[in-house]
Amino acid sequence: MGNILSLTTFLPLLGAVILALFLRGDDEAAQRNAKWVALVTTAVTFICSLFILSNFDPNDTGFQMVETREWLLGLQYKMGVDGISILFVMLTTFLMPLVIASCWDVKTRVKEYMIAFLILETLMLGVFLALDLVLFYLFFEAGLIPMFLIIGIWGGKNRIYASFKFFLYTFLGSVLMLVAMVAMFSAAGTTDIPTLMTFTFETENFSILGVQIIGGMQTLLWLAFFASFAVKMPMWPVHTWLPDAHVQAPTAGSVVLAAILLKMGGYGFLRFSLPMFPVGSEVMGPLVLWLSAIAIVYTSLVALVQEDMKKLIAYSSVAHMGYVTMGIFAVNQQGIDGAIFQMISHGFISGALFLCVGVIYDRMHTREIDAYGGLVNRMPAYALIFMFFTMANVGLPGTSGFVGEFLTLVGIFQVNTWVAMVATSGVILSAAYALWLYRRVVLGDLIKESLKTIQDMTKRERLIFAPLVVMTLLLGVYPALVLDIIGPSVSALVDNYETALATYQAATQFAAN
Amino acid sequence: MIGADIQILMPEIVLAVYAMLALLAAVYTTKDGMAPLLTWATSGLFVLLAVWIGINGQGTNIAFDGMFVDDGFARFAKVVILLSAAAVLLMSEAYMQRRGLLRFEYPVLIALAVVGMMVMVSAGDLMSLYMGLELQSLALYVVASLRRDSVKSTEAGLKYFVLGALSSGLLLYGASLVYGFAGTTLFAGIIEATTDEPSLGLLFGLVFLIAGFAFKVSAAPFHMWTPDVYEGSPTPVTAFFATAPKVAAMALFARVVHDAFGGIVGDWQQIVAFLSVVSMFLGAIAAIGQKDIKRLMAYSSIAHMGFALMGLAAGTAFGVQAMLIYMAIYVTMNIGTFAFILGMERDGRPVTNIESLKMYSKRQPLRALAMLVLLFSLAGVPPMVGFFGKFYVLRAAYDGGLAWLAVAGVVASVIGAFYYLRIVYFMYFGEEGEALDGKLNPVLWTFLMGSALVMVIGVVNLFGIEPMAAAAAATLVN
Repeated sequence: MGNILSLTTFLPLLGAVILALFLRGDDEAAQRNAKWVALVTTAVTFICSLFILSNFDPNDTGFQMVETREWLLGLQYKMGVDGISILFVMLTTFLMPLVIASCWDVKTRVKEYMIAFLILETLMLGVFLALDLVLFYLFFEAGLIPMFLIIGIWGGKNRIYASFKFFLYTFLGSVLMLVAMVAMFSAAGTTDIPTLMTFTFETENFSILGVQIIGGMQTLLWLAFFASFAVKMPMWPVHTWLPDAHVQAPTAGSVVLAAILLKMGGYGFLRFSLPMFPVGSEVMGPLVLWLSAIAIVYTSLVALVQEDMKKLIAYSSVAHMGYVTMGIFAVNQQGIDGAIFQMISHGFISGALFLCVGVIYDRMHTREIDAYGGLVNRMPAYALIFMFFTMANVGLPGTSGFVGEFLTLVGIFQVNTWVAMVATSGVILSAAYALWLYRRVVLGDLIKESLKTIQDMTKRERLIFAPLVVMTLLLGVYPALVLDIIGPSVSALVDNYETALATYQAATQFAAN
Repeated sequence: MIGADIQILMPEIVLAVYAMLALLAAVYTTKDGMAPLLTWATSGLFVLLAVWIGINGQGTNIAFDGMFVDDGFARFAKVVILLSAAAVLLMSEAYMQRRGLLRFEYPVLIALAVVGMMVMVSAGDLMSLYMGLELQSLALYVVASLRRDSVKSTEAGLKYFVLGALSSGLLLYGASLVYGFAGTTLFAGIIEATTDEPSLGLLFGLVFLIAGFAFKVSAAPFHMWTPDVYEGSPTPVTAFFATAPKVAAMALFARVVHDAFGGIVGDWQQIVAFLSVVSMFLGAIAAIGQKDIKRLMAYSSIAHMGFALMGLAAGTAFGVQAMLIYMAIYVTMNIGTFAFILGMERDGRPVTNIESLKMYSKRQPLRALAMLVLLFSLAGVPPMVGFFGKFYVLRAAYDGGLAWLAVAGVVASVIGAFYYLRIVYFMYFGEEGEALDGKLNPVLWTFLMGSALVMVIGVVNLFGIEPMAAAAAATLVN
């Protein structure tokens, strides 16, 4: 069991290689085989990840199950898991079989589609497990390639524009992070993440082109990482790639994008920005808080006027990610607990919502809200499930959506009351757009001719939603399930942050006297 | 004494003698009938020499009182040059044969050009430098216009010749200034002359020398010949231009700035950094509008030279190491890419229009996939090996105090990513178009797949090239 992390990470890749090498032909049988191979691979990966979870000790705040190997240029191949990353790993492995199952009806280039998703899973797991800067970057960036292809090949009408925008936007964000990584490598002499977490980067103020940079090197490094994670997250105002990518991506692509890929940004903040650049985070923190507050209100308002269902949910994702960044940069136990919780819960809820859109899109081939109405008359089961996830999206107590929003708001209230006030109004707005969407699509009389023959969800579709409903409810009524695992690691993170900050403040005060 | 010197020069002598014998043999026998045999023999000899140099070479050997230096750095460059030249020769055989271009002069001229390159990278003196450079250039001018009845090809050759002559003139002028002010043409002597406050004339000469090198590596703003020559020359010749001569010129560049001017790093660092940043941006931006894949590769090579120069601009041993690794990776990627381009045919005629690749992935999934890997590698997206090349030079530039250059470089690489993605777009996303021929010569297939595979598998340890490059760089900069 010494290398369970690598095993879990590369298992999907193995599945992809098997598909690529041994599966021939493009007939019905070959397509079915491809889907089954992918489904089995992701399911086995999930089982492997359960082993990780059962071996995981939440009270140990360090990295566990660490594997190290020499690589190039003093870099390492190093994998490990801690309280912050473990749930993201679980989220990924849990969702991937559902994602594969959801694209059972895809007919074009099925084999390639499955390969793309399997490779993507390996890369996503790698991001969460990597304990070396460059290894992290490798997984982080490489994930762009399969996603670019998924949007570009299997996407909607305007897919070319969306895929290019997606790729170039995120690429520009992350190359700046690459330079920052080079700078860190140079300053600390290592790319080992645990070591870098205890390393203090230069904080002496200096000025570039007449602009005084408070927090010096740390602030610059923080900004470079911020460029990457803020785009990935995405934060207002660099979120514009997301609605395009979501609308054009195929259903499964949207699910992965919303449920997992967006979480890489939040994970990055927790893994790099806070522990490695505490001073930079402190200097730039208020900016992030206000950007988050603006994101919550602004994108909620934008969501209100959308005519495309996927776009509406995409904007709602941006708003929900606003709670995450806000919680993270509140830097207290509740805020960060809430942020992680919100990310996990959003993984289930937004994934389910995109699947909901996918269900009717598969039948009617349109995502226009106006094309629907009164679906409840023909699709009662669908109406129920959509209702459930709409409520979860709004943050109804009893669903996981509530816990995350509540905790982040508690966290931020202790730090900045004004931001908390603005952000709270987002809760009301989210109810407005989500319920309105639901009313227009599901409720009312069924008057559209085209909808008269629409069929309710099939068994397969219900089966896909079942685990998501269970998880959303379970986390909603028993949040300790998540909080017990992340709690000790988060509290260690907050402690380290505060110690580092206190040292810095003492030093600057000493210098001032 | 002379015997020992000749011993050191043995690989070059063997190759030169071979070239002349081959010329005689072909002229007195069946002429062009011998061309295929000569092509295979020449590339075989290249590989043998590469193995010989790689295994046999040891330490630093100086011949002819410093005119010729055989050290780890030179050997590294020579191995890369020989292997890439062998690969390109093998790839070109079938293509040239089918178009009646396979004259016996072709392998002979390539062999002579390679002799020139080997002398260049081993030059320890401005005279031997110039000799090697001209031997290489003259052979290449002729090869560029190999397709005698094509206007474009002759234009390419003439343009290359005229502009090449200009750059040689600049270089020679610079060399004469350096000689005048340093009193010697030996690098070892020049570096002594620069230890205390170098005279203005010496710096002037240095600038002219660098301008000449910049032309040879096709760095902006001395790049103008590149797109036209790339487009006009027969594709195998373009593939050759994009690989071996670039390595040779870059190695020569590093040799001169470190061996002869290593004492005044601060003086040339600015110039090299400028060349680097201009090349990266020009290559990235100008390639966007290209419709011809060969022209696109020309701009791509300009951008890549910008990155390699970034390593050189660092002015450190690590910078040279990064540059060597970058060049080795670049050459491998380009061999694969040109193998793909050589295979682009419709009804047996070569096609170089990018739009002809429409929906290529539907008809040739495997080849499209290999090209996809190469394109992402060229763009520097991990986990492809191309990323590591970029990572090394960025690290070198940052450590060398050129953080701004590193930032500029990554921004340029994002712009550059666009045009590589555009090819992916045609191959994978676009609409159906007129199909290209399905057949691919097995040699080309092997090089395409091999190169793509190297780009993926190299992530494990870059095939151990790192310590070799480090050892090579250490012999140059100490």
